[in-house]
This record gives sequence, structure tokens and C-alpha cells, in this order.
Amino acid sequence: MADPDQGLDDRTQRWERAPELGGAPVPGRPPVPGRPPEPPRPPVQQFDPDEDDRAEQPRPRTPVWQVLARGLGELLVTAGVVVLLFAFYEVYVTDLLNDRRQDQLAEQIEEQWEAAAPATPEVAPPVGEPLTVLHVPRLGADWSRVVLEGTAEEQLSQGPGHYVGTAQPGEPGNLALAGHRVGKGSPFLDADQLLPGDPIVVETADSWFVYRVLGDAATGDYATDPSGIPGQQIVRPSDVSVIAPTPGGTEATAAYLTLTTCHPKYSAQQRLIVHAVLDGGAISKAEAPDGPPALRGD
Amino acid sequence: MYGWIWRHLPGGTAAKAVLALVLVLAVVALLLFVVFPWVEPRLPFNDVTVDQ
Repeated sequence: MADPDQGLDDRTQRWERAPELGGAPVPGRPPVPGRPPEPPRPPVQQFDPDEDDRAEQPRPRTPVWQVLARGLGELLVTAGVVVLLFAFYEVYVTDLLNDRRQDQLAEQIEEQWEAAAPATPEVAPPVGEPLTVLHVPRLGADWSRVVLEGTAEEQLSQGPGHYVGTAQPGEPGNLALAGHRVGKGSPFLDADQLLPGDPIVVETADSWFVYRVLGDAATGDYATDPSGIPGQQIVRPSDVSVIAPTPGGTEATAAYLTLTTCHPKYSAQQRLIVHAVLDGGAISKAEAPDGPPALRGD
Repeated sequence: MYGWIWRHLPGGTAAKAVLALVLVLAVVALLLFVVFPWVEPRLPFNDVTVDQ
């Protein structure tokens, strides 16, 4: 079918035609209903994280209190993490550092003993120098620690310390030793596990000395030792009588050994004290190179 | 604070993550081996000796 209009010119002007609804706006004509005029577009701002000046400007400004609150929150969370890290340091990292230091000290004291064979144990070494090696089977089969002269933190961070002026190993009087309970190698962590009669062996250049925890070994009662001195007690930190030549007394009556550490664990409120007395005399290392019977477990 | 650090780290997300990890480890090492050993003897809860 042929189009009757075919070939005829369309003489209507373009601007006289009715614009379609929603169609493109015609220049010079009012805007078409149904198609709102486009609002002017804001210039597109690219967020560039690398450039501080521009990064701060385009985003809507956060109120000052919000910035401060966020900063404070981050600070508090950070402080909490640092405190946790400190606890981790105290309990684990100091043990690692102390292990290495104890190995060095063990080598050092071996060399000292070899160098000065006819040692005079009554003479105390200078503060900070290794004094003896302590063996306590109850605290572990191979439990041993090098004891240093002096009880300042500088010594105690390396190992148990010997109270300056108290007795030397085997001497009448009170061989008083302090050690950390938790951290720094935790030498006396389980000092409360020591039972009456348990051996505490002190090794010097040429001898072993076996001390035994006071109390009744048969019943396990610390308080009923014939000497009247308890095998274990908990005292206030100011109670210096526990390291007197005779614990709780004055004159040296026998060769005692006293361990002091903090109590309860993770606290320094009180002191846990363990008293022991020398059992027999010195055992020569020449006779027992592997240690006294108490240490070999037979 | 942390947002500011993150924005100032160079590179893409992966590079930033690696750098951030390195920064965290550096701060932890500084605390464990320098700050804590210094601050610890000054704190009161580590006394094991008997004295006045």
C-alpha cells in the first residue's frame, strides 16, 4: 500500500510541533511538563587518599567533639593493649631473657670454680657476682639456679639473690635467699609446694650442702619442728626476723637456709618464707661428683 | 589517629597492610625490649625481699 503523503514536503516548522512528553527540551520553548529541569551538577570531586589537603576538604566536616571522642577512644584502646602486653612481658618474656642469663651465669660460675680450686667459701663474692648453685628436686628434676650475691632488682632479675651479710653455704647462721615468684625465670614459683624434709641442695666450688625443709616429714606439718621454727610461713614484708641468724631469734645456733619470695602469686602483699636446716655436713665433690644422694633421688 | 596513619602510608592496600604490620611489630619490640625493662623496676609489685 502506497503512502498518500509520500513525496509531499512537510511544511510545518520544527518548533511548531508539539513536543513529546518527557522528550528533549526544545530551545526557546518553556520546559516540558513531566521532565523537571536538570539541576546544575556540582563539580565532581575525586577523593584522593594520598593528598591530605584535598582529602580534608571535600568530606562533610565532622564535629570537633566527634574527632576528640574518636581520638580518646583510640587512645584508651591502645592503653589497654599496652597494659596487656606488659602482663605478657612480665610473665613470659622475662622468663626467656632470664633463661639465657642463667645459662651464662652457670658457665661463669663453673669457670670461677675451676680457676680458684682451693676456694674459701666463707668469703662472700662482690655484690652481683655468682655465689652458689641451688638445686631443689621438688621444684623439678633438673631444677637448678645460679644464686647471685645481693638482693637488689639488678641481681634478682638474673636469678635468686643472697642477702648480703647472711651466712655462707654450710656456715652456722642463716643462708637467706630471695627470688621471684612470677616472671624473671620464676625461680620460686612453686616454693609453697616444698614439704617438710624436702632437700634443698647448695653447690659450692668443692662441696654439696643438703638442707632439709623444717617440720614433721611424717605428717607434713610445718609447725611441729623440734626447733620451734616453722618450715613454711607467710609474713609481712617488713618482718626481717625471718632472715636473722636463727629465724625468729638472734644468735646463730645451727646452719639454716631461708627462702623468701612474694605471696600470693602476682602480688607483693606478703612474703612466703621457707626455712630449712643443714642435714649432715659438707659432702665433698671429689667423693660425689654427680651430687649427694638427696639430689640423685636414691 | 590510626586513620591518619593509614592515609599517610604509601602504596596500595596490600602495601599499606604490610607497612602497618611492620609498624606494629616495631612498636611492640620497642615496648618489650626498651620501655618495659626500664619502667619495671620502678613499679611496686615485684618485691620479694624482706626489709623495712
